[in-house]
Amino acid sequence: MKQTLVALVENKPGVLNRVASLFRRRNFNIDSLTVGRTESPAISRMTIVVDTDAEKVAKQLYKLVNVIQVEDVTNVPNVSRDLALIKVQVSAETRGQVIQICDIFRAHIVDTSPETLIVEVTGDEEKITGIVEMLRQFGILEMVRTGVVTMVRGEQALSPNGYHEHFASRGNGHSANVL
Amino acid sequence: MQLTGAEIILECLIREGVDVMFGYPGGAILPTYDAMTKYPQLHHVLVRHEQGAAHMADGYARATGKVGVVIATSGPGATNLVTGIATAMMDSSPIVCITGQVPTSQIGTDAFQETDVTGVTLPVTKHNYLVYDVEDLAYTIREAFHVARTGRPGPVLVDVPKDVQNARTEFVYPEDEIRLPGYHPPKRASEGEIEAALRLIEQAERPVILAGRGVVMSGAGAEVLQFAELTQTPIALTLLGKGGVPESHPLSLSMMGMHGTGHANLAIQNADLLLAFGMRFDDRVTGNLKTYAPNARKIHIDIDTSEIHKNVRADVPIVGDLKVVLQQLLPKVQRREHKAWLAQVRDWMEDADERDIVHQDAGSRLLAAHVIHDMWQATQGNAIVVTDVGQHQMWEAQYYPHERPHTLITSGGLGTMGFGLPAAIGAAMGLRSTNVWAIVGDGGFQMTMAELATAVQERVPVKIAIINNGYLGMVRQWQEFFYEERYNATPMFTPDFIALAAAYGIPAQRVSRREDVIPAIDWADSINDGPVLVEFAVEKHDIVYPMVPAGADLHNMIRRPAPSPDSV
Repeated sequence: MKQTLVALVENKPGVLNRVASLFRRRNFNIDSLTVGRTESPAISRMTIVVDTDAEKVAKQLYKLVNVIQVEDVTNVPNVSRDLALIKVQVSAETRGQVIQICDIFRAHIVDTSPETLIVEVTGDEEKITGIVEMLRQFGILEMVRTGVVTMVRGEQALSPNGYHEHFASRGNGHSANVL
Repeated sequence: MQLTGAEIILECLIREGVDVMFGYPGGAILPTYDAMTKYPQLHHVLVRHEQGAAHMADGYARATGKVGVVIATSGPGATNLVTGIATAMMDSSPIVCITGQVPTSQIGTDAFQETDVTGVTLPVTKHNYLVYDVEDLAYTIREAFHVARTGRPGPVLVDVPKDVQNARTEFVYPEDEIRLPGYHPPKRASEGEIEAALRLIEQAERPVILAGRGVVMSGAGAEVLQFAELTQTPIALTLLGKGGVPESHPLSLSMMGMHGTGHANLAIQNADLLLAFGMRFDDRVTGNLKTYAPNARKIHIDIDTSEIHKNVRADVPIVGDLKVVLQQLLPKVQRREHKAWLAQVRDWMEDADERDIVHQDAGSRLLAAHVIHDMWQATQGNAIVVTDVGQHQMWEAQYYPHERPHTLITSGGLGTMGFGLPAAIGAAMGLRSTNVWAIVGDGGFQMTMAELATAVQERVPVKIAIINNGYLGMVRQWQEFFYEERYNATPMFTPDFIALAAAYGIPAQRVSRREDVIPAIDWADSINDGPVLVEFAVEKHDIVYPMVPAGADLHNMIRRPAPSPDSV
């Protein structure tokens, strides 16, 4: 069963490499992994979807010195979003049908040419899979998905704010980026 | 005070209490070697191969409990360390490796002797660093030592580009507390965990303690012994747990696992409670996990949370420092007897004793087990023994009981042949002891025997016992049992070790008769101004018994046949 973990990590060079290397050497299958900035420049956030025991993954992640906090949000009410850009082949006849499908999925047309459209769609995995299936009949020329990002619903917050003090006194001259 | 990066590295090492560094110079680390001339209090040991440096630092760390230090250059210097780093990683040994790197302006250009060393060592270090800015250097070195020695210890590597070593900055040693937002080694158990453990302990009728390296590293031997005596629980040891509690203690079952004692393995398989203290249920101690201790509940105490439920599901997992947790537990533990259980265990022990080769006559053959038994007698069990890997290692574990922690140094997890001699040099230098014995096989010894020169140059009074059977003995044993005696690539030419020693100026003797063993040990123990070597020409076709084949049930041991009445 797919499980979703959210991790706060130090924004330092090579952290993504450390996480990826850990997954490979422990034989954990990554379904998707996204990484990006948080409101704190010192901390990045990862959403990791795995097909492995999440507890085992979390424990191994904690062994990495740069990993600050890991939450298994699989069974917590959450908002999960994936974004896809889909380049679809269209003709004068099919253009209207594609636009109609986009309306149903609340997707946007973000680029047009005489023979193509780029569709931008945001949603959970099922929704993206749904529109992809619908558009396939017209011919998908190119597609890219960002991978899932997840946030728990309600007042509970996985915030980097509590960790600011750890960085305050350190004159770390090197401006680093997790990527 | 304006200092160069190289000087900052050495200033930081001094503040960490370092007195000796094991290393090998080269282009990218030359600024640091040059700066060493200003710091005579830091003794540098020139090795003959960087792998030797890593094993020496590891041996130093295991013998002294302090962090071992390695210095090497970029590229091949650093990649030669990898085996030693991986060895330290598997056995949780704290070492810090400082490697030179090509200048920052050349990183990523395939410059001469450039290797992505932080990339190469990432999976085999506890943590590693590439320092881009001399301003970060002092803090990074301090953090590296902190990470290496705390929690579950392990190797840490700091890669320092040449221009960072040359750059000057105002040196201010960072005295403030180390702040790592994601690194908080656990210490204590919760009250709930203690209560849960107590309930299982009170219900147990057939308990066994499994004492691992955590007992030694946490310094929890006294607490484990107190617990065992209070609850009358027998103690089985892992290979790296040897020395954690005295093996002469009546409750000791000695080593468990693949080549463990029959009574230890049978006790584990028949137990109703396993108390796993600082051990990780390695496949070499469990055998087949499906049939492992089938009726036992498990209390697993370890400092590394990722070890909990990794191989064996624990009924009561406790993450913490073993000594602290046992101190929490002990005042609440009730006295127990377990008479019937201990009587059963004693029966198994007597059966094992009867089969023991130590009590059998080998005729004119010199058996390695007898050599090690006699070595134990001659050294009164007081030597610090460093082994290599293979049959001799298992015979050491079986026939050299250890009474004190840190007196057996051996590569357990990685099983690194070539570990013995360099680790023994590191241990002898760290302890400033004349009482360190390297017991090595003829195979493993030839992997790192270049370090004989290091021992001579440093006048290290290490005693070297080569158990020479002319084979890669453990592999030969597997070929005999599992590959229908096809001895491919295991018979081995060996040089004349006595002549080899002479070439290095090392006194040496060859022993091939039992009666010469103890005099040779005594002779070696009398030579304390440098290394000394004794070669034991032992029986070629010997087997380490008992043996649990890989993946087999722990109780299905291949036992030494019991002696028939007329053979004794």
